[in-house]
Amino acid sequence: MKTCLVVDDSKVIRKVARHILETLNFQVSEAGDGAEALQHCQQTSPDVVLLDWNMPVMSGMEFLRALGDAAVAPRPKVVFCTTENGIAHIKAAIEAGADEYVMKPFDRDTLASKLQIVGVC
Amino acid sequence: MSLDEPGARYLAGLLERATGQQLAENRSWRIDAALGPIIRDRGLDGVTGLVARLVEGHDPALQAEVIDQLLNHETFFFRDAPVFRQVDVAALHALHGARAGSRRLRIWSAGCSTGQEVYSLAMIFAEAEGRWAGWTIDLIGTDVSPSCIRRAEQGVYSSFEIQRGLPVTQMIRWFDPDRDDWRVKREIGRRARFSVHNILDPAPSGPFDLVFCRNVLLYLTPERRRQAFQRIAAALAPDGFLVLGAGETVTGHTDAFAADPDARGLFRPAAGAARMRAA
Repeated sequence: MKTCLVVDDSKVIRKVARHILETLNFQVSEAGDGAEALQHCQQTSPDVVLLDWNMPVMSGMEFLRALGDAAVAPRPKVVFCTTENGIAHIKAAIEAGADEYVMKPFDRDTLASKLQIVGVC
Repeated sequence: MSLDEPGARYLAGLLERATGQQLAENRSWRIDAALGPIIRDRGLDGVTGLVARLVEGHDPALQAEVIDQLLNHETFFFRDAPVFRQVDVAALHALHGARAGSRRLRIWSAGCSTGQEVYSLAMIFAEAEGRWAGWTIDLIGTDVSPSCIRRAEQGVYSSFEIQRGLPVTQMIRWFDPDRDDWRVKREIGRRARFSVHNILDPAPSGPFDLVFCRNVLLYLTPERRRQAFQRIAAALAPDGFLVLGAGETVTGHTDAFAADPDARGLFRPAAGAARMRAA
């Protein structure tokens, strides 16, 4: 069973994502911000991180850079999942090392498709 | 709604007469879902009221709209991605050699729905520009649904549609944001042409080197499926390739094609098909 860490400061989003991911046979963990997510990855690296952009304490972009610096192995795939849907944000995320990008709102088909593209589904 | 009900049987008959496609029992749920907006917009008394209006026969626009909505429009970018990889490494590789003289390829997406399959192919060619430099690539998408063809020509997709099957890097490379939607860039859009066409009718001007006909034939009766295979065989070059949907096969349906022993998921015209074209 593949593992996914859902990182979002919204409990509702985490709940929705968890529900979808569990129907896709993922074992799901949750984090409310980037710092919490980084700590999780250093202890147990998931197969994929579903990452919000705007969060308190540590943003999604800060997490992504810190993940690179922390040399977590094996490095999880990182899929941004955010309302920041502009081209500039998407390009910045890819340049920073994100593997895929989900524009909110999302549904099961979107999530399943993006997880297939990064090879974890 | 069950096909046991007279209204559903009427609608299934209407669809089959107009398109040759069957509304099987396992798709009968589509009746309520697909026709709900039409019933609401026209203030009709449910499916029964809609059927009554259709039976009167005074509203051809309504009939066309109902038929269009009963068709399955499901599609997405690079659907069954391994098939696209196989097409690229096997079919296009072979055709690149076989057509080196004419430097022209004609590709037909039969049952292209809203165009994602055609634009997926267009992206494959655009991303291998060096390999295809100087070539003329005709990408022709057809579908029995006029509304789908209109959408395919527009090349505008919602954020849900654009994210299904399409990697984000390709999305931002080949599409421009258009308010909340995404519009195909001209360099991709210019490669594609679309028209309304029923797979049971004579094929658009061939011959084609590669034909995609995926998840269409399963909605036809065995007899009409054979007819559709004959139409495709007549339009396909003797050394061309046919691509069917995942899980679809020619075995037991036609003698005009055989599975390509060297490329899983691809089909080649059988010797009989070549003779049929020559006749």
